[in-house]
Amino acid sequence: MDNNNGPNDTDSERLATTELTLNLGPQHPATHGVLRLVLDLDGETIVKCTPYVGYLHRGVEKLSEYRNYLQILPLTDRLDYISAMANNVGYCVAVEKLFGIEIPERAQFIRTMVAEMTRISNHLLWLATHALDIGAMTVFLYCFREREKILDLFEKLCGARLTVSYTRIGGVKNDVGPQWLEELCRFTDEFPMRVEQYETLIDKNRIWLKRTKGVGVISAEDAINWGMSGPALRGSGVPYDVRKAMPYGAYDKLKWEVPIGKNGDVYDRYRVRMDEFRQSNSIIRQCVERLPEGPIMADAPKFTLPAKDRVLSDMEHLIHHFVLITKGPQAAPEGEIYSATEVPKGELGFYFVSDGTGKPYRMRLRSPSFVHVSALPKLCEGEMVADVIANIGSIDIVLGECDR
Amino acid sequence: MEPTEIANRLQEKFPLEVEEARSFRDQVFVTVRRERILDICRYLYGAPDLNMNFLTDLCGVDYPERKDRFEVVYNLYSLKFNHRILLKARVPADDPSIDSVVSVWSGANWHEREACDMYGIVFNGHPDLRRILMPEDWEGFPQRKDYPLKGKEGWEYRGFEDTKELHSHDREWNIG
Repeated sequence: MDNNNGPNDTDSERLATTELTLNLGPQHPATHGVLRLVLDLDGETIVKCTPYVGYLHRGVEKLSEYRNYLQILPLTDRLDYISAMANNVGYCVAVEKLFGIEIPERAQFIRTMVAEMTRISNHLLWLATHALDIGAMTVFLYCFREREKILDLFEKLCGARLTVSYTRIGGVKNDVGPQWLEELCRFTDEFPMRVEQYETLIDKNRIWLKRTKGVGVISAEDAINWGMSGPALRGSGVPYDVRKAMPYGAYDKLKWEVPIGKNGDVYDRYRVRMDEFRQSNSIIRQCVERLPEGPIMADAPKFTLPAKDRVLSDMEHLIHHFVLITKGPQAAPEGEIYSATEVPKGELGFYFVSDGTGKPYRMRLRSPSFVHVSALPKLCEGEMVADVIANIGSIDIVLGECDR
Repeated sequence: MEPTEIANRLQEKFPLEVEEARSFRDQVFVTVRRERILDICRYLYGAPDLNMNFLTDLCGVDYPERKDRFEVVYNLYSLKFNHRILLKARVPADDPSIDSVVSVWSGANWHEREACDMYGIVFNGHPDLRRILMPEDWEGFPQRKDYPLKGKEGWEYRGFEDTKELHSHDREWNIG
């Protein structure tokens, strides 16, 4: 034996290597739902990653062809079930665009407010689980503490915590009260300090930095070419935000910025979301301060439900209510529209084909998670197995929305 | 650029391909023939003042009463110029095929797979055209208008009876 040789040069060369196929999911806590990945591995390096989706397919697009416009709203809660409010807003914005309804300013501000609250609660859940996946347990508990407060506020507003169905075509269901607003203000006062706390927990943590910096890099061109949107796209330095590009709600009346990253790695996507916490918080604060007085439902009796107290006391309104509920809005114009909103995960688009009946002829959902999962092989291939988990976390997917 | 201007540009560039241009609520829909869809998409992607670099969405729509039954809708957007156009290509039922645009936008991959899964539209040149949301062995195309909402007659999952038989011994343990 020649002692000059190191222990691992000849032996490892002689050993034949074979690729190993590893099945990850569909029941795996770190895939954030029922996502299944088949990984071809060479040692610990991923040669090929093939995602399989569809385990949560409920046929929402098909179902909605058989339901009228008012009945589809609860289905949208169940797409991205951790940011249901944002989906509701997206759906209502789309239908209002199709119908040509202008909604009152107060309703617009309230919608913006609840949509941003959803963004905070979504990013809190994302940060909690993403950090947990990479091994930082403490953040999980802190994040859930704040998320609880937002869910409590939702409960006070509409009675539900997750599947809220709060917005209505033409406005919102309940008005916000002074006490509720005060509570929200208290939340926005302390929240920036909480974000700093999360950052002190992980931002300078060496393990966290090693696990996220330079991992899952995607260039701006690739991210655009794959159709990525939301924080996943902005992490690569593309300042595309539907709220700025095609404003809806009250976003064009408020002052806020679009945070972007530079390198397009897991860390930058994390940074973008952390900055979005602060921006969302500021948007909520501005909405509360500038909330105008006025009605919360549009005056469009052909499309919007009459007020409940009128329905219970007045025959005409009862009939009107009955017709709308059973047949749907009959005055829908014939045509097609695409409408997009910025939900916490990216661009949620609704494409409607209307044939003039109370039901959509075709409702297409452009869900960000679906697109992001399709880009997952691009992020993972050539990296280590452990980085798959970091990558899944960083694109922030929910399979309910992906599979529809 | 205004969407109508983009439609005019397409009309000039591909006079034989553009069949119809319509607009509704400030959005323009251009219907083109399916034969040269890839050229049209490459043009929209590559022309420096159009630069439709973001394929927002691609989906199928079914119109059973039309001569060309299916429609593939390309929702194109330019991040640089903030303009959008919806491109539509009609596909007949007897030969439901159209060229794939994966070579232009990688993101088209799964959208095309879904359109194939749900409507049976074949995308020529697609790298991996398998079912995506439905199980691999599913028969039929669920989002076609003639496909019933609750599935075909006798669609029910029949493995349940077998499973009950398989686990009949559970009764002895009082867990079935």
